[in-house]
Amino acid sequence: MSKLEINHLSISFGSQKILDDITFTAEEGEFISILGPSGSGKSTLFNLIGGILIPDEGSILLDGKEITGKRGSISYMPQSHALMPWRTILDNVLLGQEIAGKRDEKKALEMLGKAGLKGYEKHYPHELSGGMKQRVSFIRSLLSPQSLICLDEPFSALDEFTRFEMQNWLLSVWQQYKRTILFITHNIDEALYLSDRILVLSNKPASVQKEFIVPFKRPRTEEMLYSAEFLKWKQDIYREIKQYSL
Amino acid sequence: MKTLVEKGWRPTLVLVLLFIIWEFSVKILEIEQWLLPAPSQIFNELIHGTDVYLEHLWPTIQLCIIGLAIGCTVGIVTGIILHIVPFLRQAFYPILIISQNIPTIVLAPLLVIWFGFGMLPKIFVIILVCFFPITISLLDGFRQSDRDVMNYMKMAGATKQQIFWKLEWPNALPSLFSGIKISATYSVMGAVISEWLGASKGIGVYMQLSQSSFRTDRVFVAIILIVILSLLLLGLIMLLEKKMIRWRPKEGKSHE
Ligand SMILES: Nc1ncnc2c1ncn2[C@@H]1O[C@H](COP(=O)(O)OP(=O)(O)OP(=O)(O)O)[C@@H](O)[C@H]1O
Ligand SMILES: [Mg+2]
Repeated sequence: MSKLEINHLSISFGSQKILDDITFTAEEGEFISILGPSGSGKSTLFNLIGGILIPDEGSILLDGKEITGKRGSISYMPQSHALMPWRTILDNVLLGQEIAGKRDEKKALEMLGKAGLKGYEKHYPHELSGGMKQRVSFIRSLLSPQSLICLDEPFSALDEFTRFEMQNWLLSVWQQYKRTILFITHNIDEALYLSDRILVLSNKPASVQKEFIVPFKRPRTEEMLYSAEFLKWKQDIYREIKQYSL
Repeated sequence: MKTLVEKGWRPTLVLVLLFIIWEFSVKILEIEQWLLPAPSQIFNELIHGTDVYLEHLWPTIQLCIIGLAIGCTVGIVTGIILHIVPFLRQAFYPILIISQNIPTIVLAPLLVIWFGFGMLPKIFVIILVCFFPITISLLDGFRQSDRDVMNYMKMAGATKQQIFWKLEWPNALPSLFSGIKISATYSVMGAVISEWLGASKGIGVYMQLSQSSFRTDRVFVAIILIVILSLLLLGLIMLLEKKMIRWRPKEGKSHE
């Protein structure tokens, strides 16, 4: 049984069909990137998995149980950091747990420390840099009790350097906590560097156009980014996207 | 404290200069006292005339505070009810918005006719003028919740109650406080005007008595008292606001 099963998911907004017959599965502990052009419906897919939208057709199964239209089954990190400005960093990362009904401050403090945020627990979000806020938002989803994490372009607002740092940090955290991750991005390098599998979505309406299984060994290193093989993969994926979005 | 001195010396200087010009103009042009008293005469009355006005001060303060407190409570409760019952909101929100452009104070004479000259109609007037701005600012605050945070909470499985207390309510606090600040000013105005319509004690009464006996200096004293009362009330609310909203980023310096 797969961790997550997406079966023939379709949805329209008005007369515009956005998602058309999306089908894929995710295994326990797998890191899957979803790659697609802007406006293709990637966030919409997460809204469906998260239960705040109801599909016109199709179903979503988590651990074999149907969760279509049901909320509270996934841990989500939105495209913006979406922190609450009136909560301290510590209270912000505990929000997901609070909603589920239990606060584990000790674990939160430990994870904040590991993320290089020691000493900022009692600060407010506006006192942090963009990268730090993104880390806080990610820790919030990591501390939530749900085992499937959906990340919506978590690093797209960051500069190249911070982005790379955050990717490495994300990989180290993921290797330690082994959660299943769905990761939306429109950066091919990022998808290749992070994931086990890449799903390329087509545009208007979106369906899974192609699936790439990333062959690179873990732990991944910076050298990998400059290898000829990496470049070849990047080209393949790029061609695949271009062919459909034009 | 240091910024208070830094920011405050310029307006203070302007006021002092204004008083000096006023004082000398009155002396040089020999303006009669009942027409325009000199600042020195006004301050003299403010210091030495306490026997006359102190007894009028307390009823007005009482009126303002009780009226504002009840007005806030009614305003907040109404705001919350309208927010959680969409049907009521759709029915009443447009009426609230329109009524905000009408000076509700014009209803004061009616209230006096219905409820007599006691404290009750005056408090009613104040509640009436206070609760509109509070309800509207609260509703606006509720509606301005961040969409991404809202989506996050929904996906995390938050109940309606959790969304209200953890997101919508704290999000609306700054807006609520700006509504309360407007209402505080209105409450002083409401108190004075309702006292004009009929009362035995109060700053409004003191003002009217002074006016009809051509004690213009005392009219000015009444104005000063009203200004001080308004500012004190505003200060109190800002103090409360600072206590409750500690997270707001420091205001940028760009507007100075
Ligand atoms: N609630 C909605 N009502 C109507 N149309 C919507 C709604 N939400 C999204 N859309 C439309 O659906 C399409 C896909 O939106 P979505 O946000 O899923 O794109 P995306 O792939 O996440 O884009 P980006 O990479 O820019 O974030 C867009 O054309 C958008 O206008
Ligand atoms: Mg998106």
